[in-house]
Amino acid sequence: MQRSEKHFARKHLREEVLPSTFCSGCGCGTVINCFLKAVEAEGFKDLKNFVFCSGIGCSSWIPSPYMRADSIHVTHGRSIPVALGLKLVRPELNVVVFGGDGDIAAIGLNHLLHAARRNLEVVVIMVNNMIYGMTGGQAAPTTPLGVETTTTPYGTFEYPLDVSSLMVSAGASYVARWTTYHVVQLKEAIKKALRKKGFSFLEAVSQCPPIYGRRIGMESATQILRWFRSSSIALNRARNMKAEELINKIVVGELVDIDKPTLLQSIRKVQEKAAN
Amino acid sequence: MDLQAPVVEPGAYFWQGNMACAEGAIAAGCRFYAGYPITPSSEIFEHLSSRLPKVGGICIQMEDEIASLAAVIGASWGGTKALTATSGPGFSLMQENIGLACMTETPCVVVNVQRVGPSTGQATKCAQGDVMQARWGTHGDHEIIGLAPNSAQEMFDLTVKAFNLSETYRNPVIVLADEIIAHMRERTIVPRNLKIIERKETYSPPFFSTSDNYVRAMPPLGKGLNVLVTGSTHDARGLRATTDPEIHRKLAEGIVGKIEKDAQMLSDVEQYRVDDCQVGVVSYGCVSRAVYTAIKVAEESGMRVGHVRLKTIWPFPVEAIQRLSERAQSILVPEMNLKQVYFEVLRAVEGGAHVVGLNKVGGGAMIYPEEMLRALTKMLKGD
Repeated sequence: MQRSEKHFARKHLREEVLPSTFCSGCGCGTVINCFLKAVEAEGFKDLKNFVFCSGIGCSSWIPSPYMRADSIHVTHGRSIPVALGLKLVRPELNVVVFGGDGDIAAIGLNHLLHAARRNLEVVVIMVNNMIYGMTGGQAAPTTPLGVETTTTPYGTFEYPLDVSSLMVSAGASYVARWTTYHVVQLKEAIKKALRKKGFSFLEAVSQCPPIYGRRIGMESATQILRWFRSSSIALNRARNMKAEELINKIVVGELVDIDKPTLLQSIRKVQEKAAN
Repeated sequence: MDLQAPVVEPGAYFWQGNMACAEGAIAAGCRFYAGYPITPSSEIFEHLSSRLPKVGGICIQMEDEIASLAAVIGASWGGTKALTATSGPGFSLMQENIGLACMTETPCVVVNVQRVGPSTGQATKCAQGDVMQARWGTHGDHEIIGLAPNSAQEMFDLTVKAFNLSETYRNPVIVLADEIIAHMRERTIVPRNLKIIERKETYSPPFFSTSDNYVRAMPPLGKGLNVLVTGSTHDARGLRATTDPEIHRKLAEGIVGKIEKDAQMLSDVEQYRVDDCQVGVVSYGCVSRAVYTAIKVAEESGMRVGHVRLKTIWPFPVEAIQRLSERAQSILVPEMNLKQVYFEVLRAVEGGAHVVGLNKVGGGAMIYPEEMLRALTKMLKGD
C-alpha cells in the first residue's frame, strides 16, 4: 500500500493536527480533496495567499485547523461578515468561507443573502449534510421533510430550504450544487469559483454516515453516495420536471454564472467620487 | 469644517458629539467602519459615510449589528483599524462578537451611545443603563476597557484613546457615550501632535496572550505565517484546545490579566477637592455636567463637596473612589439608571463611606443640579 504521506493534499494540511477528527466516512475529506485539487489546478503552489473564514460546525473545521494557511474561526453563522471585513481591506487575498448548512443557511442565512446581494468577492462552500452533525443530530433547515432527528422525534414537519436557488435570486455571480459523489464536477466548480470575480456559492451535498445516514437507514458512506448518484437530477432535466417529481431529489449543476460589478469595484467608485 | 480635507486640521470646531467621535476615529487612523443605523448613534455612521471614502477608507452598512462587529473584526485582522457604533439594542446584538474580539485579542472600538432600555425602550431618550452590559454583556471570563466621555471634546479625545488602548492591549474598547453627549454641540479642539498608537506586528509565535506572556504583537495575515485565529480555547500559537483545563486557565488568566495588571494605569479620572471635602460625588457621562453646577452652588452656601468623575469606567477606578471615601463621610452617585455604578462604588469604599444613589430613568431628562443639591444637603445633615 502506498504510504499516506505521499498523498498530494498533505502538503496543504497541518501535519501536526492529523489525523483529523472527522468521523469515518465523513464527506468533509472529499470536499477537502476537491478543493485542494482545484487550488492546484488553478496554479496555486500553496495556500499562502488564502485566508479561510469559518464558523461553527463540522465543516467549519475543514480550514481550521486542517488547512496549512491563515484561518479565522469565529462565532456560529458569522464567518461571512468577518470575511467581508477582511476582503474589503485586503482585496489581494483569496478569501474562502467553509461552513455547514446549519452555520450558513440557518443562523448565518441573513449574512449569506447579503453577501450575494453585494456581490462580495469571496467563495462560500456550504457542505450540506442535511443535519446538525457536531451537536448530535438535530434537524437543520435543509433536513428533508419527515426525517426523525433528535429534535424532531416524530419526523421533521417543515420544508427544507433550497439554498442554491435562493443564492441565484439574491444576486450571486456563480452558484453550483454538486454532491460528494460528483467529485470531478465539484472540483471543476470550485476552480470556476476561484476564478470568478464576484460572489461564488458552492453547495456540496455531503454524507454524514453516523449522525444522518443512521437516521435514514444508510449507515455507510457508500450507501449514501449511491443514494446521491441515484437521486441526483441534472439541472437541465429538472427544469422539465414537475415539483412533485423532484421531492427528495438533488438537483445538481451550475445554477448561475454571470459577470457584474463587484462590491470592491463599487467601493472604489465611491472612493473616487468622494475624493473629487 | 472642510469636509474635503483628508484628515482634520488641528484647530477649534463646533461639533456635535457624534461628529467629534467620527473625526476622532479618523484622526486615530480608523479606515473601516461597518454599522447599522440606530438612534442616537447614526450621526457617527452618516458622518463617516461621507468622510471615510475621502481618506481611502471604507464605510459600509451591514445587515445587522452582529454582522457589523463581525466585519470590524475581519477588517482588524486584515490590518486596518476599525470601528462600529451603535445604541442599546444593537449593543445587545454585538455582545457575542465582543466576546469573540476578547477571545481572539482583536483590537477594535465599539461606541455605544446609550439610550433608554431595556429593549426598544425610549429610542431617542438619554440613559446610562448599559454600564454593566459593557462590562459583563458577553459570556465567560474576560476584561473590557470602557471609557465615558462627558463632552464633544471627549467624544473626540476618548475615541482616539479607545483606538490607542485597543491596539496596546489587543482588546475591544467600549466608548460608553450617552444621547445627551452625543447630540450636544460644543467647541471641540483638535490638538496638534495627537498621540497615535499604530498596530504592532510579529512574524514569530506566540501570537496570543497567556498568563505567562501578556499582550503579544499581532501576526499579519497573508504572509505565509499560517495564523490560526479561533474563538475556541487555544494555546499561544492559536491551536484549538477545547478540553485541556490548563490551556484554558492560562488563556483566561491571560486575557483578563493583561488588563487587570494595568488597572491603576488605565484609571483616568477627573478629581475635584477629594482631599478637602465633607461629602463626595461620583459621576460619569452627561450627568457629570450637572454635578459641576451643583458643586458650584453648594460651595456658595459653604458646603465642601469632592468629585470623582470617571473617564475610565472599566476597569473600575477603585483607588480613586477609595481616596474620596477617606474624607467624604458619604458619597452621592447620581446616575440615569436604577443603580449600576452605585454598587461598584459601594464595593470600592468597603464600608468606609455611606453611599447614596440618586437615580432617574425615562424620558431622557437629566438629573438636575437642584436634585443633587437636595441630596447633598440631606447627606450633610446625616439623614
